Amino acid sequence: MSATLAPEVRSVDGRSADPASARRSPRRPHSPLRPRKSVAFTLLMSIFILYSLVPLAWLVINATKTQSGLFSSFGLWFDDEFVLFQNIWETLTYRDGIFLRWFGNTLLYVVLGAGGATLLATLAGYGLAKFRFAGRRAVFAVVLGAIAVPGTALAVPTFLLFSQLGLTNTPWAIIIPSLISPFGLYLIWVYAVDSVPTEILEAARMDGAGEFRTFFTISVRLLAPGIVTVLLFTVVATWNNYFLPLIMLSDPTWYPLTVGLNQWNAQATGVAAQPIYNLVITGSLLTILPIVIAFLGLQRFWQSGLSAGSVKQ
Amino acid sequence: MTIARTAARRTLAVAATAALAVGALAACSTGADATGGGSPDDLDAALEAGGELTYWSWTPSAEAQVAAFEEAYPNVDVELVNAGTNTEEYTKLQNAIKAGSGAPDVVQIEYYAMPQFALADALVDLGEYGLDELEDQYSASTWGSVNVDGKLVGLPQDSGPMALFYNKTVFDQYGIAVPTTWDEYVDAARRLHAADPTKYITSDTGDAGFATSMIWQAGGRPFEIDGTDVTVSFQDEGTEKWTGVWNQLVEEDLLSTTPGWSDEWFKGLADGSIASLPIGAWMPGVLESSVADAAGDWRVAPLPTYDGTAVTAEHGGGGQSVVKQSENPALAAAFLRWLNSDPASIDVFLESGGFPSTTADLEDPEFVGLESEYFGGQKINEVLTQASKDVASGWSYLPYQVYANSIFGDTVGQSYANKADLNEGLADWQSQLVEYGNEQGFTVGE
Repeated sequence: MSATLAPEVRSVDGRSADPASARRSPRRPHSPLRPRKSVAFTLLMSIFILYSLVPLAWLVINATKTQSGLFSSFGLWFDDEFVLFQNIWETLTYRDGIFLRWFGNTLLYVVLGAGGATLLATLAGYGLAKFRFAGRRAVFAVVLGAIAVPGTALAVPTFLLFSQLGLTNTPWAIIIPSLISPFGLYLIWVYAVDSVPTEILEAARMDGAGEFRTFFTISVRLLAPGIVTVLLFTVVATWNNYFLPLIMLSDPTWYPLTVGLNQWNAQATGVAAQPIYNLVITGSLLTILPIVIAFLGLQRFWQSGLSAGSVKQ
Repeated sequence: MTIARTAARRTLAVAATAALAVGALAACSTGADATGGGSPDDLDAALEAGGELTYWSWTPSAEAQVAAFEEAYPNVDVELVNAGTNTEEYTKLQNAIKAGSGAPDVVQIEYYAMPQFALADALVDLGEYGLDELEDQYSASTWGSVNVDGKLVGLPQDSGPMALFYNKTVFDQYGIAVPTTWDEYVDAARRLHAADPTKYITSDTGDAGFATSMIWQAGGRPFEIDGTDVTVSFQDEGTEKWTGVWNQLVEEDLLSTTPGWSDEWFKGLADGSIASLPIGAWMPGVLESSVADAAGDWRVAPLPTYDGTAVTAEHGGGGQSVVKQSENPALAAAFLRWLNSDPASIDVFLESGGFPSTTADLEDPEFVGLESEYFGGQKINEVLTQASKDVASGWSYLPYQVYANSIFGDTVGQSYANKADLNEGLADWQSQLVEYGNEQGFTVGE
């Protein structure tokens, strides 16, 4: 849009008002709205785009092939037969529709796990940002430390703990560990410090609002972009959670999609192998769709969240 | 896809060993179990009384077998759980044993992994229920695989005596005769790859199960176990015979680098770019169901040898065991007896394309004489049942073979990747296995 702006101004009276600027016009002026184009960076970005889009394209293309078509056709182009819908149907009905069951499980873990994690992170982050109490620094140190420990490292100790409690092989074994999101807590905390002015809270208290009312009617709205950001992170993390359910669950009826699809994939190995790569690929495509939709739907909150507070208003 | 899978497996293996393999020996000390004192009569009584069992298996025939069992014994309720294919299941089983609860009553375990669970004292000695009397019913090599340290820790289900599966269409096209010795095999590899650089005699990127079976056939016995005393040595004559042959294929770049069991691998089997497979006798079922496009192309021949004397090794295959955590071990043992010795169960298993371990079936004229349509009418079972008689004896796996196999890629696999001497990779594997074994409380010599 901005690229056409300059010529339009000049064409008001049909000719250039300033000969000097007319001579300069082949050299495009650079401004924050129209930054200088760098060949190297464009090339680099193109490589990154290819890098991220080729696997997606591969997935979409190969979800349209039969099992034998996968073996006999070129990977990045379509086979003669187009069986996408048949593949989807087979994926949804294979082994009495276990895929739908896994889909439901994943949804359950995401709603309770990611939803709960966001709620807890919001409550705790806000509390730590806006209230002064003894031990705040200690909590801060613990949270920062917790961010540094990867979840994978905790999976086995968590398993042993849960098996003592008799919780392994139940949905709780996935949901409870998902409720903890130190990174989300930290994000809300940092965000709340700037985006919820203490003056507003004081005004609300003066008007007689209780702490909970202040939180839910005022602070939550101010925190919304931050909450959505945390929600996105936790949703993606729970949706893609693989290692924890792999260790915790041995009964396929409680598997999430990630572990279930890997089980289908592993079927192709060894004695009595039954490869169903077409279903694995179609299943993977179906698995990433909701997360793509969630991202597209939530990203506008996210963008406004990232820029909020960056400029003093 | 395959890279992700390998990475995931590695993570799994590391995690499994990090915290859980410790449990292997810890379980030894708490082995004061309640089982024991059973008898064959107990099994019949248990079937009569009925009860509930959990059975972990990834075998495709398991579902139909359980259904047939429940029909025959309506008082028994068997819950079939597919807890994952091979290593995934072993990790979960090891987890459950370490945790003290959550293990199934009956579990599918491949032969190579059985010593690991047996020596961790996690499996019931089926001799206590008189199942050792079934010895005559099974081929000698599979029976040897389920007897660990003087105990009967499982009953064999399938077996995998190795044979050479080759693509006759490709062999004929380039005028290559079916090799009977490994020297001829290397020669065939050179000629095929020279004639068409897109074609390879076989694919091998370093697979522990394959390598150990090849060493087994060559007469190598790298692992020796006596209680907690273990010896690991790849410097014996047999191992060097195998590396002498295989080094030529690796160093001259005559092996396809397509990883086994990947989609590309199946593709290679279908289009002829992988022209042969030295592999277990269970392969026909896999070829028929998963490489259907190549029907008529494949044939089976005895595994090539070093000196012309027929000898082969077991590759893959496994059985089922009763876990000590079981609250009803007599019923579990009764189910297992039915599963792996009752003709009704074995018929279901054979129908699914499995290769039996039971001598009655291995000698059944109908089975032996079967003309396989997929193999162009060849009586493949004549070759395969002969192979099951030619399996060399005296082999044993490590009591931590699952871990050992998981680090094969990082050690011997490097020799494959660098087209370098396999003996160096094996030496590296050996030193890591010695170190790990000692850490686990075994006394490991070289």
